[in-house]
Amino acid sequence: TNFSGVDDDFYDDLEETLIGADVGFETAVQISDEVREEIEAKHENDQKVISNLIVSKLVSLYTRNGTKEDNHLVFATEGPSVFLFVGVNGVGKTTSIGKLANRFKKRGKKVLLAACDTFRAGAIEQLQEWGKRDGVPVVSGPEKSDPAAIVFDAVKKAKAENYDLVLVDTAGRLQNKVNLMKELDKMRRVITREIPHAPQEILLVLDATTGQNAMSQAKIFKETTNVTGIILTKLDGTAKGGIVLAIRNQLHLSVKYVGLGEQVDDLSPFSPKDFVDGLFSGFLEPAK
Amino acid sequence: MAFESLTDRLQNAFSKLRKKGKISETDLRGAMREIRLALLEADVNFTVVKNFVKTVRDKAIGADVLKGLNPTQQIVKIVNDELVKIMGDQAVDLNKSPKIPTIIMMVGLQGAGKTTTAGKLALKLKNEQKARPLMIAGDVYRPAAIDQLVQVGQQIDVPVFQLGTDVDPVEIVRQGLQKADEENNDYVIIDTAGRLQIDEKLMDELSRIKALAHPNEILLVVDAMTGQNAVNTAEGFNNQLDVTGVVLTKLDGDTRGGAALSIRAVTGKPIKFIGQGEKMTDLDVFHPDRMASRILGM
Ligand SMILES: Nc1nc2c(ncn2[C@@H]2O[C@H](COP(=O)(O)OP(=O)(O)OP(=O)(O)O)[C@@H](O)[C@H]2O)c(=O)[nH]1
Ligand SMILES: Nc1nc2c(ncn2[C@@H]2O[C@H](COP(=O)(O)OP(=O)(O)OP(=O)(O)O)[C@@H](O)[C@H]2O)c(=O)[nH]1
Ligand SMILES: [K+]
Ligand SMILES: [Mg+2]
Ligand SMILES: [Mg+2]
Repeated sequence: TNFSGVDDDFYDDLEETLIGADVGFETAVQISDEVREEIEAKHENDQKVISNLIVSKLVSLYTRNGTKEDNHLVFATEGPSVFLFVGVNGVGKTTSIGKLANRFKKRGKKVLLAACDTFRAGAIEQLQEWGKRDGVPVVSGPEKSDPAAIVFDAVKKAKAENYDLVLVDTAGRLQNKVNLMKELDKMRRVITREIPHAPQEILLVLDATTGQNAMSQAKIFKETTNVTGIILTKLDGTAKGGIVLAIRNQLHLSVKYVGLGEQVDDLSPFSPKDFVDGLFSGFLEPAK
Repeated sequence: MAFESLTDRLQNAFSKLRKKGKISETDLRGAMREIRLALLEADVNFTVVKNFVKTVRDKAIGADVLKGLNPTQQIVKIVNDELVKIMGDQAVDLNKSPKIPTIIMMVGLQGAGKTTTAGKLALKLKNEQKARPLMIAGDVYRPAAIDQLVQVGQQIDVPVFQLGTDVDPVEIVRQGLQKADEENNDYVIIDTAGRLQIDEKLMDELSRIKALAHPNEILLVVDAMTGQNAVNTAEGFNNQLDVTGVVLTKLDGDTRGGAALSIRAVTGKPIKFIGQGEKMTDLDVFHPDRMASRILGM
């Protein structure tokens, strides 16, 4: 929808664009109200100025909710760093690990993968295939074996053989499965017992096509595993992933990387500006 | 997520109104707002919500609910009935070919649950109809997709036809169907790679598989946690392939599952099955009334 001039329809359209991007009803209304206030205070009716205003408003709304956070991943000052990947089923955990392993290997880090999804059919082979593509080793165990035992082996190997980074794949689990959530906590404790400040990152992988349930995912995963950041996948599709705005607002969790496809290079550091531009593609296109 | 149920919402709205005295027609607007909110929170697409609320409003006025004794219950009933009606009143069976094999093709976005559901469906057919299904591994892109299907096949003791990852999926399907002919399989389930509905090249691949295999059933597999984008996905796949049914997966989570309504509303295609877990036995027939209650939080 293009807009000319600013009337109630404009704010309705804005609200619907935001709702359509999955930011959620409350956040959509809040943003739309704030934008309205500002436009009215400034008596603004130049379309271009208004577009810029909306974008910068949203970018600042995103950033102000976590001023001291940034999207860098935290590494250990000494010894191996461990990143644990968690999330519900099918969101892109294993693929994101494959992409990140490549990225960090290119930067000269010695990377190890831990195949701790011993549950889903073909999960170990999937990570092994990524390991082959990336040229990094994979620690694995028998199917259905205890993931905590595998992560233990991986961390031990990392210490003994001076790895810089261990990326730990876990089985997808829905956040309402209490026992499976406890299993994650057990893995985390095993890691910390071996390396006191590890895991340096617990990355929650969220699928951009997910709607309001992503808030529940973020809340419960954060409560049980101390999530440190988000990887937002599948932004190459038509879904916008707007719920991360609300997640940022309420839980102060920030997106660190975005997934933009299935290939190894389809991963980028999160840019609030690009993200917001994506939310409004279509809405802010200037009228011809 | 601790969303209120529609009943609670309406009761709250009406109790505020009752303090003012009687409920008027303008007060109906408050009720409609609550319905709109409940559906949006359940991830029903906003255009679908708009139309839905309008229908409910017209029905509520037609039924004179505000003159009745319990407007909350009356409106909830209208909303519920209307939801059930849109979602298709009754469970719809799997299409069956008059002569074997019945060919079923799984399609959908990445990670929706196609491969898992292929296995679940094969097991269900085996258990309920003593069927002898064959699964075809048509995903040559995702790392270890074939291993996954082969392992699923082993778990449920169903054969998997595969030609590795260097053969065109259309050719794999062609040879797979030949194999099914030779082996007298009564069902063939084709697993395909996940893809975006805007990916023309890969969508064309599905069209070519369809043209070759003439499937009796093209099942669009959709993650129940999907948000507003459910309509884009459903329209994209349906426009290109004219799907015959929908499977909604991951309903064992705490999602309201409003995608069900969105998909049904934009495609008119029945939701046939729901996935309720990762085990091979976790596939159930879809019941519109239960889904309606779930979306409304009741
Ligand atoms: N289009 C697109 N597809 C992606 C992206 N990231 C992952 N995928 C695809 O999504 C599907 C699921 O990815 P996985 O990495 O297996 O997801 P997972 O979270 O490990 O899944 P489980 O282990 O089964 O819970 C695969 O087909 C991936 O290729 C992305 O950024 N864009
Ligand atoms: N909890 C739950 N998990 C499910 C259900 N159906 C599938 N899954 C899980 O969702 C993830 C993705 O399932 P897949 O069958 O690999 O999905 P897919 O559509 O074949 O994925 P791609 O081939 O990568 O596009 C796996 O972890 C499955 O175990 C379900 O009904 N409930
Ligand atoms: K998904
Ligand atoms: Mg995985
Ligand atoms: Mg698959």
